[in-house]
Amino acid sequence: MSAIGNTRDRRNRGLWIALAVPGAIWLLVLFVAPFYVMLSVAGGGVNEFFQTVVPVWNPLHWSSWNFSAVWHEIFGSGAFIGAPALRTLIYTVIATVLALAISYPVAYFVSRYAGKRKTLYLVLLIAPFWVSYMMRMLAWIDLLQQGGFFNSALSFFGLPGNTDWLGGKSVTVILGLVYGYIPYVILVLYAFLDRIDQSLLEAARDLGLSKWRTFWHVTIPLSKPALIAGTFITALPMLGDYYTNQLLSGAPGTTMVGNVIEGQLDSPGEVGQGAVLSLMLLVVLLIPMIWYVVSTARASSENV
Amino acid sequence: MASVVGQSAPTASPEQAQVAGPGRVRGNPWRRPWAMEGFTWLYIIWSIVPIAIAVLFSFNKGASQATWQGFSTKWYVGKGVTSVLHNPSLHHAVIQTLVLAVLTTVICVPIGVSFAIGIDRWRSKTSNGLNFVMIFSFVIPELLLAVALFLLVTQGLTFIKLGTPAEVAGLVVWNISWPAIIVRARLISIGRTYEEAAADLGASRLGAIRRVLLPMLMPAIFASAVLVFASTVDDFVIVEQLSSTSNTQPMSVLIYSNVHGGLSGPALNALATIMLVISLIAALIGFIGYRWLSRGERNKGSTEALTAVAGI
Repeated sequence: MSAIGNTRDRRNRGLWIALAVPGAIWLLVLFVAPFYVMLSVAGGGVNEFFQTVVPVWNPLHWSSWNFSAVWHEIFGSGAFIGAPALRTLIYTVIATVLALAISYPVAYFVSRYAGKRKTLYLVLLIAPFWVSYMMRMLAWIDLLQQGGFFNSALSFFGLPGNTDWLGGKSVTVILGLVYGYIPYVILVLYAFLDRIDQSLLEAARDLGLSKWRTFWHVTIPLSKPALIAGTFITALPMLGDYYTNQLLSGAPGTTMVGNVIEGQLDSPGEVGQGAVLSLMLLVVLLIPMIWYVVSTARASSENV
Repeated sequence: MASVVGQSAPTASPEQAQVAGPGRVRGNPWRRPWAMEGFTWLYIIWSIVPIAIAVLFSFNKGASQATWQGFSTKWYVGKGVTSVLHNPSLHHAVIQTLVLAVLTTVICVPIGVSFAIGIDRWRSKTSNGLNFVMIFSFVIPELLLAVALFLLVTQGLTFIKLGTPAEVAGLVVWNISWPAIIVRARLISIGRTYEEAAADLGASRLGAIRRVLLPMLMPAIFASAVLVFASTVDDFVIVEQLSSTSNTQPMSVLIYSNVHGGLSGPALNALATIMLVISLIAALIGFIGYRWLSRGERNKGSTEALTAVAGI
């Protein structure tokens, strides 16, 4: 940036602040403040008679009552949050790995080898991104129901075709998660892989590396930012997912942390505990989120 | 892409060169990878065919979502069955989705664009902090934001009523990062020279923004508007937490709450198909509009327009 630009920026500072203010207010009132309310509800109490939440606004008067209740629900006897928490983690890890494993070859192929058909491939890859999540889940509910196409296809090949796929199967929920989030992963991977400088791969080949060694020693290290971004894009929303398993299973055997939070918000006396659980999820995710935000900010400033 | 052309015949286009370039070491490194191409097509079939089948069954004559009984549009316009046109709750959900999408886009895009310009120029600790908050709103799981907003409007700012006002307020904050991030990236790539030239030629500071900067930002603003609109149509978590009565339930919430019982059957497929069509129309308008707005710029082909309206 030139020195003149800097001076002008300083002189026009009032204008730049005025331009940023509406968005800043919106973010402070409707993004930052809500989490303070969440803290106040978590540190507040319950009106015993009406079973309503009583938020406490002064941090000095926050009580740990809701926190210890949730702690007990996770680790104490009769704990019911531990299993969904563990399940959330397992589902998210498997679904993220599957989504990356499927997306990577597709994104790699389209970014490097699609040639003249690149536009066609991009249209086909972007199409599911524009189809709503509900529609994509509804499509699988249609296919997997008893008497649906999937079971018919299984019986056609002589396999048992009367499985109740929507009756609480983990495999259905995991595949639903993969199907739901994969369009975003593919686009993110494509965006990163498309920017890899092809001459580096060419140089590796010219210097005598075999196809696989080129892939392993050059392409994979260069794809690392892509894989990290893809992991975040899938894992963060999956950890807060409650609708995919509700739609594709609805059984207690597949509940995730999101369902527990949702359930607590719906039952009047437990709203405070829902707030605590949300805060705990937020704290767990805070470190990866901050790391991701800082690394993208750094990457974008390096590109300038 | 162009970097591989070097060694190939001068007449070959970059794409041909990739396929047909000479192999120097072992075999041809630019040979067509059939396995990967096959895998890509399998993925495409897997990602599109189930949706196509769901759309097909919205036109089923019978009430089944699994057995085809002939073509009919009765789940859209039929009388005497739960059709989108004649069932009040289905009908209302379509309108509610469109109302939310239009209101959110109209509020969110101007705020986000002006925020991006302000943050980019007002370089200070405060602006860096605000930028951080904005990117944070992009990566936070939607459920956490929805729960926090629900608590805000029920316990704190109770003058924001659950229903359309709370839904729009929440959708704007959830989507503000689209215009902010996309426009800021564009600002960085444009640089300052055009504005400085305008200022040197006597333009006022607002004049330089309005007559020089904004026209150059138009493709980015347009692409982000389309993305905000489509992501609002698609949104589920925030609107589910912040809707109050069935009157303020948009299509996504109605489908979710009726899949297991209630109004199940092809009428839901019809509703989902309408959502799909709305999104695809938005995507098409986005693609055409982006190409039109960025006409005359070098290297802006259909690929660039496609990735722009997908937010990458």
